[in-house]
Amino acid sequence: MASIQIEKLEKSYGHVSVLHGIDLDIRDGEFIVLVGPSGCGKSTLLRMIAGLEDVSRGEIRIDGSRVNERHPKDRDIAMVFQSYALYPHMNVAGNMSYSLRLRKTAKEKIGAAVAGAASKLGLEPLLERRPKALSGGQRQRVAMGRAIVREPKAFLFDEPLSNLDARLREQMRAEIKKMHADLKATSIYVTHDQIEAMTLADRIVAMHGGVVQQVGSPLELYDRPANLFVAGFIGSPGMNFLDIIYREGAAFLKDGSRIALKSPAPVTEGSNLTLGIRPEHMTIATDGTGIAAKVELAEPTGFGIILHLSVHGVPVKVFTLDRQALNMGGEIAVSFPAQHIHLFDGEGRRMD
Amino acid sequence: MTMTADTLGRRHDRRPWLTRLAHASEPYLYSAPSLILIIVVMLVPLVIGISYAFRDIQLLNPFSGGFIGLEHFRTLSEDPAFYGALRNTLWWTGASVVLQFFFGLVLALLLDKPFWGRGLVQALVFLPWAVPSFLAGLNWAWLFNPVIGPIPHWLFGLGLMDQPGNILSDPHYAMWGPIIANVWWGIPFFAITLLAALQAIPRDLYEAASIDGANWFQRFLSITLPFLAPTIAITVLLRTVWISNFADLIVVMTGGGPADRTQIVASYIFTQAFKALDFGYASAIALVLLVLLLAYSMLIILLRQTLLNKD
Amino acid sequence: MKQSLLPTVAHRLAILCYIAFALFPLFWLLKVSVTPNDLLYSEGVRMWPSRTTFDHYAFVLRHSAFPTFFKNSLIVSASTAVVVTACASLSGYALSRFSFRAKYAIIALMLLTQMFPLVMLVAPIFKILSPLGLTNSLTGLVIVYSAFNVPFATFLMQSFFDGIPKDLEEAAMIDGATKFVAFRQIILPLTLPGIAATLGFVFTAAWSELLFALMLINGNDAATFPVGLLTFVSKFSVDFGQMMAAGVMALIPAGLFFLLIQRYLVQGLTAGAVKG
Repeated sequence: MASIQIEKLEKSYGHVSVLHGIDLDIRDGEFIVLVGPSGCGKSTLLRMIAGLEDVSRGEIRIDGSRVNERHPKDRDIAMVFQSYALYPHMNVAGNMSYSLRLRKTAKEKIGAAVAGAASKLGLEPLLERRPKALSGGQRQRVAMGRAIVREPKAFLFDEPLSNLDARLREQMRAEIKKMHADLKATSIYVTHDQIEAMTLADRIVAMHGGVVQQVGSPLELYDRPANLFVAGFIGSPGMNFLDIIYREGAAFLKDGSRIALKSPAPVTEGSNLTLGIRPEHMTIATDGTGIAAKVELAEPTGFGIILHLSVHGVPVKVFTLDRQALNMGGEIAVSFPAQHIHLFDGEGRRMD
Repeated sequence: MTMTADTLGRRHDRRPWLTRLAHASEPYLYSAPSLILIIVVMLVPLVIGISYAFRDIQLLNPFSGGFIGLEHFRTLSEDPAFYGALRNTLWWTGASVVLQFFFGLVLALLLDKPFWGRGLVQALVFLPWAVPSFLAGLNWAWLFNPVIGPIPHWLFGLGLMDQPGNILSDPHYAMWGPIIANVWWGIPFFAITLLAALQAIPRDLYEAASIDGANWFQRFLSITLPFLAPTIAITVLLRTVWISNFADLIVVMTGGGPADRTQIVASYIFTQAFKALDFGYASAIALVLLVLLLAYSMLIILLRQTLLNKD
Repeated sequence: MKQSLLPTVAHRLAILCYIAFALFPLFWLLKVSVTPNDLLYSEGVRMWPSRTTFDHYAFVLRHSAFPTFFKNSLIVSASTAVVVTACASLSGYALSRFSFRAKYAIIALMLLTQMFPLVMLVAPIFKILSPLGLTNSLTGLVIVYSAFNVPFATFLMQSFFDGIPKDLEEAAMIDGATKFVAFRQIILPLTLPGIAATLGFVFTAAWSELLFALMLINGNDAATFPVGLLTFVSKFSVDFGQMMAAGVMALIPAGLFFLLIQRYLVQGLTAGAVKG
């Protein structure tokens, strides 16, 4: 197992720059998730760690030694591809043992490693099959098996679950988590799905536009998003944002409605700020307080209900467990609990 | 573990230069065997061949070999046989390409539909392509021969001929002989490439168009043709160039006769080189043909580029 | 399904016309080759002679150098096919998987070679090969044919490689393979249909080549089938039965090869077409 350091890493194709100075320190045994919208550079970063893309500038170190010039085969890392990339002309056992055969490992050792991985993943009955004869979930397992037989320094996952249906994805997610708890292997996992990021990661690296936006534990990112991008990306349904004016230690909407804050913000009176609050943190006010809102739509998810509201023309979502909400219509009032309010400055940075 | 940007910068390219060289030369190593073959056996001889165009090279004349500048081209500009051959080339290439393309497209459309026994049918209709070109020529020459072949008798039976004669010796119709043989031989090429392109068209496009109420012909115009257009452009270009150079059928079937009526530039080169043994003159004609074909290709590519840019 | 009957019938009829057009000349070749000499003229336009004979075949095999021609052609075509497929799979791979500075120059060079009037090359090639002792030799022919066929074969192989996901060799490299090992153990086995198609295509092309065989070879010892057939035609130009028997025999290997590989040819071109 290994630690991985990334320092001032840059990647450009000709004049197009896709990664601008990434710094990241990954500890031994850590499960890191790179998350961000498509095109944010997360896959490129992963492929650079794997050695599939050249480094334009900066340095990648595995276990303290520089690997920039090292061929993928000499980095001792394993990777699970989005397409699984199983070798169509080899059976499951052949796919799983290929890396060991390339390393001229002894036959008995290969046999033991394949059998061990197969039993861990429930692949024993499939060992003789070709990838073509496997279901999507089974192929995914083989791809994982191929990675774990090698006992590599690190595992890289490139959106490994995005070709599976929702049910299977949930199941494999749990299995990956269990496997990590079991093997304690350093893992880097790329996904655009924030649920996957939240559930799997020890630390999440949120990326946008080739820049790391925030690094932290899932709950850190959820509770204290560093900027508007992270705030909007993490959590579902997404955080509500309202433009406010800061006056007298409180927030005022355009129409003058007042929203109380936990503590005064370190800005001058009259500053324009963005207030963020998660739908699940908003409440429907039944005691006559709160701010007037118009119900536009109610979406039951089964567990709760998502209300689409309009607060003085600004769309706002509220997530509530109260089934009465389904019958609400017309005008209601909502309140913004002060302890759940996030404030962002003009540049979109978190205020406190 | 802290490192300044400066040290990082210096260490940026510290791979041994040999490794870097090996890395950069990889695609060249893969291409090398093919490139060496092409350069030694085609490019070098081409350059030598071009030099012949400016020299007096006659196989039977021991005093030949001298540099004569543009003499061959001057002769060429006054050679009526050359102009005749140029006209015949246009006629031969145009008719062959148009007919091959049309029948090839129809065949590809017919084969694109699944039906019982399609694999076998496909193998059979593509078979002419496997026939060696000279054998195709001989075969059709025999079919047109009234002594041994049925075609003159059929034409006579249909009243298209006064008597079962050989159209290959008829100055007015002789060119049709090699053209028909060429069409027979070349349909599979178009059919194969167009069929491959047809099968790459997503099926749901047709379904969507059907649901939108498009009939077969509208679907053909709005989906099939636009999708085939790039393939059509490139295959027609390649085929045109190739057929203009293709002398086998004519040499075998008519030898350019009767009275040079089927002489195309490519077969004229052949005649000059191997009948008259005048390699210098033959090379000069070949060079002119090469330049014409290059100009034609550039024109097509430019045309395609402007059409693409317009969208 | 009543209303679709007419198009179906028209479709089958059209297909039948194509089959008839494609096969009739070959059928006629076969028919004349088994027609006894005395019936050749009296039954000239009959579809099948009242008596058949294999005398023409026997004569060709026994009284001519055709077995030698056949053997020479087989050697030349098979060697050319192997050499070209090996070179073209390497260069096709380079064009499909690498982006390098000379890539478009190489493509342009290969396209340019498709435009040469090959007649122009006869004398220079003869001049180059002659001091090396490669004229009048099968090796010389193999070299020349290989060069002529490499460009198209490269494009063909490239389109097959384009159809194989890049992920596979990346996975192999991460598994511990060098790029070349990944090429050999992962990519090549998956390109077998493409290799078959290229082998067949080149074999057929080499089998048919006449011009250079005629120019670079003299004498019967190293002559190929096309040359033999042509000299035969000019020598025995009245004996149609024997000529056509020889023609049928010339057709068999190329035809067989082609029947085996033609579906891969369509497949390969499709694979490439999907991508680009």
